[in-house]
Amino acid sequence: MATATPLLAEPGASPPLRLTRGSLPRWAPAGMFAASLGAALLVMLVTSFNWYGWGALTFLLYVVVITTVSRRVEGSRRSTDRLVTALVFTAFALALLPLLALVWTVLRRGVPGLTFEFLTTTMRGVIGAGGGVEHAIVGTLLVTGLAALISVPIGLLTAIYLVEYSGGRLGRWVTLMVDVMTGIPSIVAGLFAYALFEIFFGPGVRMGAAGSVALSVLMIPFVVRSSEEMLRLVPAELREASYALGIAKWRTVVKVVIPTAIAGLTTGVTLAVARVIGETAPLLLVAGLTTSMNTDPFHDRMTTLPVYAFSAFATPGFPPEAGYQRAWSAALVLIILVMLLNLIARLVSRFFGPRTGR
Amino acid sequence: MAKRIDVSDLNIFYGDFRAVADVSMTIEPRSVTALIGPSGCGKSTFLRSLNRMHEVIPKARVEGKVAIDGQDLYEPAVDPVAVRRLVGMVFQRPNPFPTMSIHENVAAGLRLNNRKAKGDALDDVVERSLRGANLWDEVKDRLDRPASGLSGGQQQRLCIARAIAIEPQVLLMDEPCSALDPISTLAIEDLMHDLKSRYTIVIVTHNMQQAARVSDRTAFFTISGAGQPGRLIEMGETPEIFSRPGEKATEDYITGRFG
Repeated sequence: MATATPLLAEPGASPPLRLTRGSLPRWAPAGMFAASLGAALLVMLVTSFNWYGWGALTFLLYVVVITTVSRRVEGSRRSTDRLVTALVFTAFALALLPLLALVWTVLRRGVPGLTFEFLTTTMRGVIGAGGGVEHAIVGTLLVTGLAALISVPIGLLTAIYLVEYSGGRLGRWVTLMVDVMTGIPSIVAGLFAYALFEIFFGPGVRMGAAGSVALSVLMIPFVVRSSEEMLRLVPAELREASYALGIAKWRTVVKVVIPTAIAGLTTGVTLAVARVIGETAPLLLVAGLTTSMNTDPFHDRMTTLPVYAFSAFATPGFPPEAGYQRAWSAALVLIILVMLLNLIARLVSRFFGPRTGR
Repeated sequence: MAKRIDVSDLNIFYGDFRAVADVSMTIEPRSVTALIGPSGCGKSTFLRSLNRMHEVIPKARVEGKVAIDGQDLYEPAVDPVAVRRLVGMVFQRPNPFPTMSIHENVAAGLRLNNRKAKGDALDDVVERSLRGANLWDEVKDRLDRPASGLSGGQQQRLCIARAIAIEPQVLLMDEPCSALDPISTLAIEDLMHDLKSRYTIVIVTHNMQQAARVSDRTAFFTISGAGQPGRLIEMGETPEIFSRPGEKATEDYITGRFG
């Protein structure tokens, strides 16, 4: 076989092995970004300064500079990497901007009015300055708490049925219904709750519990979908391990499946609560608006924070500044409540979730 | 307390697909029976039919008879949960409950079955089971730590301890060592040797040396082609099967000339 062409080149004939390549120093991206910032600022100062122009020009300069420099020094693969990294970071910053702006605005406008007095007084008899959100905080906690009390058992049990028990047509129907429910506009939920309570309490009914029912209509599909996904994540092996010990199915669900998924379940419930805690329209409709404290969700009107903020903004009183101030501060209190809720959910999943470590 | 299992004319289906056809065999008490055969030949499916774990899979069903001491497991009145308390199972991959400590894992079968074992009595069962699974010395100082912190071999022995804590009559093992290193495998093989004086053990394995080492009797399953059901080719005393197999297919498989 001396005449056959060798498939592989002779060892000595191959080009020298080269695994190294040029690379930019670690500070290069940061340095170039600073330089772009400076150059863009210079251009802005020479022409006329505006923030958006500064940001856009910095971005353009940085992308062009880092890509070309990197291509010269590091080759095309690294330069593409740097280009895409820059684009992704920019997208991230753009996505974060609204959130930061929102938090900043609410803090800036809400903090001045957030006094101890604001948290501990109601609006009873207040026309101008003064007054507070005590009744609205209590109302929010009661209405949302009651809504969670209604929707979490229904939602969780539905999810358990869908994941563990249903196999056939009924399961598909339930899934379809839940999907339809997800799309119900909140004002429709409010009207439904009003119609329901009107049957029992007559026309013009206003009570906190009716608001809770309206919120549950919105909350149940969220709880079902998130719990369903979390329960499906529990490996089938754990269920089999439990069945193989002669543990009945419902005990397997209660003692093995739910504890394993508890972190995701609490997160899902928290998100659902956070989703409905800010609802205004249905509550304005069925829970109404009041200036005084009401701790009984089954009698009389009950104010919640979003409705409070809405009415403080819509009818600020005279002088209007005090009303606007109260609206912003109420919004801030609402955000803080949601944050606290998230914190509690994290603690719950930390303490009850699957344990790791040796 | 170990029981004999009589299987006659067993057919196992996944929906319309017949996975195992016409299996009849007798599994002797106080011995280790090994099921060997190529992948997809239905040995695991057959094993799972012995404690009605097969029907956990949607649309799976069984025809035929599996009798433990004369009691057919597939009679309509039989409660599958009761069957599984009688016939324990260890799976291919270690699957301790991640939310529970080592102690709770071993006690799970008793506590979740509402057996009245509390405090000291429960601790005794846990210690006895862990000693039975050769794990006690390694975990006695950290019984309240999460089970997920154990190594793979320890987790598998924990699963065995968990299975024997409810004192089943029969222990099914579905490739219990396939995810383990040789040292952990040896520990589990030794364990099987200890356990067979009290339990009827059925083990599925891909490792023919293992089948030869641990089992008293061996059953060889195979399929004739894709889409065909698995069948029991022959069954006999392990030394007999490995030295003088009665069938050509068995000989081809154990000597590595299969396929």
